[in-house]
Amino acid sequence: MASDASLLTAKFKGDRLELAAGGSWTAANAGELESLVDGVAQDAARARNVSIDMGDVRQFDTYGAWLLERLTRQWRGTGGVASIVGMPEHDRTLLKEMSGVNREPVQAPARENGLVSALAAMGSGVAGFGRDLLTFVSMLGAIGMAGARVLTRPRDFRFTSAVNQLDRVCWQAVPIILLITLLIGAIIAQQGIFHFRKFGAEMYAIDLVGILILREVGVLIVAIMVAGRSGSSYTAELGSMMMREEVDALRTMGFDPVEVLILPRVLVLIVAMPVLTFIGSMAALYGGGLVAWFYGGMSPEIYLARLADAISITHFKVGMIKAPFMGLVIGVVACAEGLLVKGSAESLGLQTTASVVKSIFLVIVLDGLFAIFFASIGM
Amino acid sequence: MKDKPVISVKDLVVGFGDTTVLNHLSLDVRAGEILGVVGGSGMGKSVLLRTIIGLLPKRHGTIEVLGIDQDQANEEQRRALERRWGVLFQQGALFSSLTVRQNVQFPMRENLDISQRLMDEVALAKLEMVGLTPADADKFPAELSGGMTKRVALARALALDPEIVFLDEPTSGLDPISAGDFDALIKTLQGTLGLTVFMVTHDLESLYTVCDRIAALADGHIVAVGPMQTMLECTHPWVQTYFQGKRGEMLTGRVSQLVN
Repeated sequence: MASDASLLTAKFKGDRLELAAGGSWTAANAGELESLVDGVAQDAARARNVSIDMGDVRQFDTYGAWLLERLTRQWRGTGGVASIVGMPEHDRTLLKEMSGVNREPVQAPARENGLVSALAAMGSGVAGFGRDLLTFVSMLGAIGMAGARVLTRPRDFRFTSAVNQLDRVCWQAVPIILLITLLIGAIIAQQGIFHFRKFGAEMYAIDLVGILILREVGVLIVAIMVAGRSGSSYTAELGSMMMREEVDALRTMGFDPVEVLILPRVLVLIVAMPVLTFIGSMAALYGGGLVAWFYGGMSPEIYLARLADAISITHFKVGMIKAPFMGLVIGVVACAEGLLVKGSAESLGLQTTASVVKSIFLVIVLDGLFAIFFASIGM
Repeated sequence: MKDKPVISVKDLVVGFGDTTVLNHLSLDVRAGEILGVVGGSGMGKSVLLRTIIGLLPKRHGTIEVLGIDQDQANEEQRRALERRWGVLFQQGALFSSLTVRQNVQFPMRENLDISQRLMDEVALAKLEMVGLTPADADKFPAELSGGMTKRVALARALALDPEIVFLDEPTSGLDPISAGDFDALIKTLQGTLGLTVFMVTHDLESLYTVCDRIAALADGHIVAVGPMQTMLECTHPWVQTYFQGKRGEMLTGRVSQLVN
């Protein structure tokens, strides 16, 4: 490796500056070379006449060529004369190439006022929220239209696709849903028994488990699981189909992508959510029962008898009525986000994240609205 | 140094599962030349390229690049070697979350210790060398056309001033005019930067206009290697069909006109 001195040395002869370059003027030495060149440029401000001897340079690449060009351009800009001697023909071609580049001044991006940009971000956030709502409503409308069309021509419904989706979204989700809801049921029962015990009211823990799981927790946990598991995969599938122009291909062949791709997926979610909610709720009650037995010391007979007193078919209905609507919301959000994917992989990632976040948010909002509704009709 | 091959592949065997793609293949690439590798789809052109740059494992044989045997080299030597070559992938393989400028600066940032100012200037210089404008520098890959993507990818491949550039089908997916421009660009850059170019291609026009030598890949090994004239005289059936076919003949006519 060349040392500092041999890369570039400067010598004054009156008002004439003689520079001798040597060694490797290449990318590997570029950092060192740049500081040398900048140093020389300062020295040379007083020199009218500069000559650079490149005779000892062994290797020369774009980096070296550019730094040399930068040096000479600076002098010529201030009216000095710079001559380069001892350079091989081949390196001259490269230097000539460099003399054409970076001629346009680089415009620094205009700095924005912090307050203004904060306000602008807030505004565009609100506008984005409005746009999202509009997208979901129009997707809901498109699915409704496609559904109505399929009703008039039932043979157009993609039955095979729907069965395939049902297998993935419902059947293959059963093990994980069973596991998670069993644990949630067990945890609620344990917490209930632990805290109610202080008042000698352990029995009420069973009321807590029954009502909470059937009305709220069962369906919510399942909806969140489905949004994370199936909603994200819908978005990613549709998104990658958008990226590879498959959706456009469908459209040009005269198919409605909503009818072919989205309707079966959303319908399957509407069917799968109540099924999974039922399975999940039962698993959670079972988990609660296990904890009541081993931790609370209540035998299964007592648990079942108490449960039968505590819950009614109304609680079960409240949970089950909500399930298909949650499926619809997850499906609509996932598919709408999928269709928003642009060309890049980054966009696919962003939309998939957005899909999961928005569908979980909307599921919880919907649950709140249902709670108000059921309270007002006395269920 | 001139006589020693820059890339030397000997007795290379590469396969996946039960299939053998490259079967005892040997090939030398000389310093400062543009070598075009041709072969039918699925014949293993890209496999050869990817094996040389170390993306695919080989079963047998030796690969020597810039005098360094890939098997003997330790991790550090391999990394140093990778800095001395640039690769242009078929689809560009630009990082989609970075702008054009950041894509070109990426190898510099990782491998060199230079100031941001120099990095900006050299990146812009490279972009201008491949025919882009400073205005393109702040675009994201998703905003680029196919030809621009290839140009940016070439600028990135050239970012560290490599000695060898590997090009995987550089002109595929470009219109004839862009493809011609791109060929000319490769030729110019090869002249100015003194590059050795290893190019996998389907494009007959590229082969005629820019390649110094051509290697024809068939049945898992190189069946012919040499300038265009050798290809035209070769008796291997696949090479004959390739160069004497309808599309080949149009260009051959032009070449023989030029020769006469």
